[in-house]
Amino acid sequence: MTSSSDGKEHSAAGEVRAIVVGHGSYPEGMIDAVDRITGRGHLLVGISNRDLSAGEIETRLRECTATTGVKVFFSDLPAGSATLAVRRLLRDHTDCVLVTGANLAALLDFVFQPPMSAVDAAHHAAEKGRLAVIVNGGAW
Amino acid sequence: MSVRLYRIDDRLIHGQVVVGWGQPLDIEFIVLVDDNVASSDWEQDLYRMGIPPEMEILFADVASAARDHERYVGDPRPGIVVTGDIATMDRLVCATGTIASVNVGGLHYRAGRSQKSRYVFLTPGEERELRDLASRGVKVTAQDVPAARQVPIEEVLGDAPPDRRGA
Repeated sequence: MTSSSDGKEHSAAGEVRAIVVGHGSYPEGMIDAVDRITGRGHLLVGISNRDLSAGEIETRLRECTATTGVKVFFSDLPAGSATLAVRRLLRDHTDCVLVTGANLAALLDFVFQPPMSAVDAAHHAAEKGRLAVIVNGGAW
Repeated sequence: MSVRLYRIDDRLIHGQVVVGWGQPLDIEFIVLVDDNVASSDWEQDLYRMGIPPEMEILFADVASAARDHERYVGDPRPGIVVTGDIATMDRLVCATGTIASVNVGGLHYRAGRSQKSRYVFLTPGEERELRDLASRGVKVTAQDVPAARQVPIEEVLGDAPPDRRGA
């Protein structure tokens, strides 16, 4: 499952477990990386905010959520329009969870987790992502 | 003048505003002018979550933004005033009488709008609103991020030939 460069999601139905949202090619790139490393990119679907209004992003998210039944969202920037759209969705989907600032380590952890609650899976992945941010070298 | 940018952007607070413009302009406060957001605590909480701790966000309807505009301008901190549509910015321009330039940062696709540039989609009514805004002596340009070229609104609307420099 991959995101496209035109902001439209491509879903192959079935076992999607999370939606990756964000700027430009971020969703597509992250899912491609997950797939190349694990072959499990099909567990993720991407939605880019590229060229979309806030309302249109939210509409696509809601459509994708209804289609896939997904309860976990990963986004890039806490202040991004895609993140805000997910937060709007969370208002009436209180069983869903959002992880902002998601990196590749977080997504890799997520796709390898055995079935567990969405909240547990999101927290576990977020912790892995945090631990992956490390500064090496330099006199600081 | 501490208001560095008056921006029309239908995403209101998002990455381009907070980071794209916020960092190079050292923005320390953002005024979100929107009648609906100003009357909704939930909407305000939503946008507040997207603002870094070093930045302040103020919420105002058009009437209170017009009333407090001198305070925004006199604030020693650099700031941005953002509206989600042309009509709201036009009302603010008319109410204050002192806004010299307006940035069209993003009016994205939705039904009824036609594409004018990569990030500007307008209904016929919105085209008229932009022309009205410009006719009041306001310099209206389109520019999504600081590194992009400032495109005169006449060019966006097809009233002037495109400037090919860096377009």
